[in-house]
Parts: sequence; C-alpha cells; structure tokens
Amino acid sequence: MKKLSFSTVMLWAGMFFLYAPMFVLVFYSFNASKLVTVWGGFSIKWYGELFRDQQILDAVGTSLQVAFYASTMAVILGTMAAFVMTRFARGWGKLTLSNMITAPLVMPEVITGLSLLLLFVHMADFLGWPAERGMLTIWIAHSTFCAAYVAVVVSSRLREIDRSIEEAAMDLGATPLKTFFLITVPMISPAIIAGWLLSFSLSLDDLVIASFASGPGATTLPMVVFSSVRMGVSPKINALATLIILLVSLIAFVSWYFARRAEAKQRASSA
Amino acid sequence: MKKPLKFRLPKGQCWTIGVPYFWLLMFFALPFAIVLKISFSTPIIAIPPYEPLLEYAEESLNIMLNLGNYLLILDDSLYYNAYLSSLKMAAISTIGCLLIGYPMAYAIARAPKSSQMLLVLLVMLPTWTSFLIRVYAWMGILSNNGVINNILMWTGLISEPLQILNTNTAVYIGIIYTYLPFMILPLYATLSQLDMSLLEAASDLGSRSLNTFWKVTLPLSKGGVIAGSMLVFIPVVGEFVIPELLGGPDTLMIGKVLWQEFFNNRDWPVASALAIVMLGLLIIPITLFHHYQAREMEKEA
Repeated sequence: MKKLSFSTVMLWAGMFFLYAPMFVLVFYSFNASKLVTVWGGFSIKWYGELFRDQQILDAVGTSLQVAFYASTMAVILGTMAAFVMTRFARGWGKLTLSNMITAPLVMPEVITGLSLLLLFVHMADFLGWPAERGMLTIWIAHSTFCAAYVAVVVSSRLREIDRSIEEAAMDLGATPLKTFFLITVPMISPAIIAGWLLSFSLSLDDLVIASFASGPGATTLPMVVFSSVRMGVSPKINALATLIILLVSLIAFVSWYFARRAEAKQRASSA
Repeated sequence: MKKPLKFRLPKGQCWTIGVPYFWLLMFFALPFAIVLKISFSTPIIAIPPYEPLLEYAEESLNIMLNLGNYLLILDDSLYYNAYLSSLKMAAISTIGCLLIGYPMAYAIARAPKSSQMLLVLLVMLPTWTSFLIRVYAWMGILSNNGVINNILMWTGLISEPLQILNTNTAVYIGIIYTYLPFMILPLYATLSQLDMSLLEAASDLGSRSLNTFWKVTLPLSKGGVIAGSMLVFIPVVGEFVIPELLGGPDTLMIGKVLWQEFFNNRDWPVASALAIVMLGLLIIPITLFHHYQAREMEKEA
C-alpha cells in the first residue's frame, strides 16, 4: 500500500511539473508590463498587438497551409505503407519498409533536416526542380516524417480488425479497390483521423526540419517564434502561446469526449 | 486466403507497394546517401559550397574522397567534447525521465480503468502544444528576474538571484520537461498489460512490496523501459532548440555545433561528417529500439 501512495504522489507532482510552466506562461500573457516577469496589472493589450503583427499572421497562414497538405499526404502515404506492411510484404521487403518508415520517429531532427536539404540542392542541380526552396520543400519534408507516425497508428489498427469481413466482400465480387474504400477505410477511420490530427500538430510544431528545408520564400510560425524568442522573452509570444494552448486543449478534450461517448455507445449496444 | 488476394490484384498491388517505397527511397534513403557523399567532399567558398567527388577529365574518372572532414572531427577537441557532452547529457536526462516517469506511469496503470484514458490524455496534452513554446516557458521561469528567483528572494532564502538560465542545469530541466511524456507513454503501455495476479502471487508467497517490485514488476516492464529510454535518448543527443534557448555559451551539444557549422559557417561537408558520426554513435540505440518494437508488434499480432 505504501508504494502505491508513493507513485500517486509522484503522479500529481509530475502533473504539476508538466502544467505549472504553462500556467505561468498564460498568466503573464495578461501582464500590462513589457517586462514579462514583473506584474504590472491586468491587460489584454498584447493580444491586440499580436493580431496587428503582419509577420506573425503571414507565418500562421503558411504554417496552416503546409500542415494541412502535409498531414493529408502523410495520411495517404502512411496508410499505404501500413497496408503493405500488414497485408502484402513478407521477409526482407517488409523489414526494409518498416525500418525506413519508422526510422524518422527516432532520428534526430538535425540529421533529417540536413539530409533533406542536401537532397533538394542536388535535385535542383540535376533535375532543375525544385527551383527554389519554400513551401513545396517543407511540404515534402513534413509529409515524409509525419507518414511515419501515421503508419504506426494505422498499422496497429489494421492488425486489430477482422479480416474475414474484407474477404467476405471480395468473395461476393467486390474489387480490391472497392473493398478497401467501402470496408477497410470505414473500419480504420478512427486511426486515420488520429493520424491526420497527429501529423497536423507535428507539422505545425516543427522548427528544425522546416528551417533546413525552407528557403527565403517561406517562413513558418515556429521559425518566426524562434527568431523572436532568441532575443529574449516577449509578452506577445506569451499571448500567442496562450492561444495555442487553449486551442489544443479544446480539440483534445472534444475528441476525448466523442471517443468516450462512442465507446460507451458501443458497450451499450454489445451488452 | 492470402495467396488468391495476391494473384487477384497484381496491378493495384503494384501501386500500393510502389508508391510508399518510391517516396521513402527518394526522400529518406537517397538523402542519407547524399549526406555520406558530401561528408567526403572538400569545402570551398561557392554555391553549393563543396567540390564534386567525381570528376571526368582527360579520359580518366577521378574519384576524390576527402577524409579531411573526419580527421578534423577527430582532431579538434571541440567536436570530440561536443559528442561526449551530448551523450552524457542525453544519458543523465534519460535517467531523470525514467526516475520521474516510472512512478507516474505506474500510478496511471493502477488507477481505475475509467480515469486511465483521461490521465494519459493529460500527460500527452502538453506534447501537442508547441514544443518551442514549452521550452520558452522555462526561459521566463528560470531567468534572473524569473518566477523561481522571485519566489526564493521573497522568502529570503537567497539575497542574490541564482544564475539558472544559460547553464547546463536549465538544459537538463528543459530536456526532462519536454521529453517526459515520451517516457511515460511506452511505460504505461507495458505496465497496464501487466498481469496483476503475478504480483498477488508474489505477495501471497510472502514477498515484500519493494522486493516484488524489483523481482517481478521491473523485469516484466523491461520492454517499456527500453522503448521509453530510446525515445528520449536518441532525439536528445541531436537536440538543438533546448541548448540554444536555455543553455549558455559553455553548453556544448552536437546538434548545436552541427547547426552552427551549417548555417553560420556554411561548411556543409563538415556538417555532413558530423551527422554521419552522430548516426554511427546512435546506430546501437536505434537498433535496440527497433528490435524491441518489432517484438512488441509480433506479440500483438
């Protein structure tokens, strides 16, 4: 019993450790003083200033676009790779693919970023494409590393589902493509949605790979934040952080709520 | 039933297998070959800033492999120390994450089933917000006029602000803070599948709870411990953002050195050689991680 209480204490201490810095961040975003750590009264003026900062607004637009396209591509690639890994390939082919697809999960970002940049430089040399680095190259880079996460999420779901349903559909004359879209996709859709959301947040958050892959034309939000934060703390960044934290928590809790409701419904119908 | 499936869709299957293979070979395998290539070339001041490896002149194909970049890395104590201190910092932070994360994962796995999912969500939620912003939060907390120093001065424990920001201590705090969830998740996954009857059997046979932990719980969760440790150790070795923002001038980490060589000195060949050596150092932990992950997947299947 004693050990259990020790771990519970650690759990709450750990939760405090995880959340306290965020509360400090949110708290000081309402600070009237320019000095982030000296309290100068309640104010929301930094939010106003945030929305007047054209550079940040542009970067938000770029980041959202890249994240949207990259997570869509990552879902397509990752689902295909997961399908190949669980259904077709065996032996060496499977091993190569699963190693290649999961390697970006643990690869240090500086290595991934550097290698992709050198690839783009070479491609521009030999093929004349991509002529200049920008949103397109960030999109390729993000699609590649996000596909790894999608493949892991989707393949664990593909292993769980009952394959006899697919076989039944094909025995009844459905083409493999039709079977995939009408039977398999609906069954793995929670994993696909989860993979898309995960990719979206990973792409929005990435600084290192985007810095390597981008050119003068495209600046993503983390790049703007990083160059401003390097100069020191600024209340405008606190305001931005507060909005991000609010948005992410909202999405997380809404999806948790729906997942729980779906689970309860399933349990009720199976009981 | 597998065989007929294979025969029925040769064309469709070709595409399904071909596209991910092509994409990964193109944007994952090929880039590494290029990094390896550049690491053997000579840096020059030009665009792009390196000399070609292959040269065809006077009916002879010259392949020039310049080992100078590697010799430079071996020779210059800056690089040597950067690797060493990166490995050391990654090892210490991994142990720190394990010491904090294990009890937390254990408590979540022992919590009532209904609240487990919410607790996991609470642990993972910070990782979905911006990584950069979570590191930035510590800049405001640890600085000389930050929250911690203000509280300590107010309570009278110290009269001068403690220099925490821009030291290695701040880097450790930042790394443990940002990577803790990645340690907890695999630990929770193994601990929640632990067969409770084994622990009951141990205690029925008279084992004390601490003894049960060392002899039963810990060995059974070895897979999670290894997976979590690798998920923290490998990316931390190449970490750039945390030492850059929280560390000081004497914080030497290889990710930061590589970034500076590439962006500030524009020395692409040396940056590539640094990346190759880093990959060489990480090959053992990466294989270890894959080995355990493959075993986990087989167990599931």
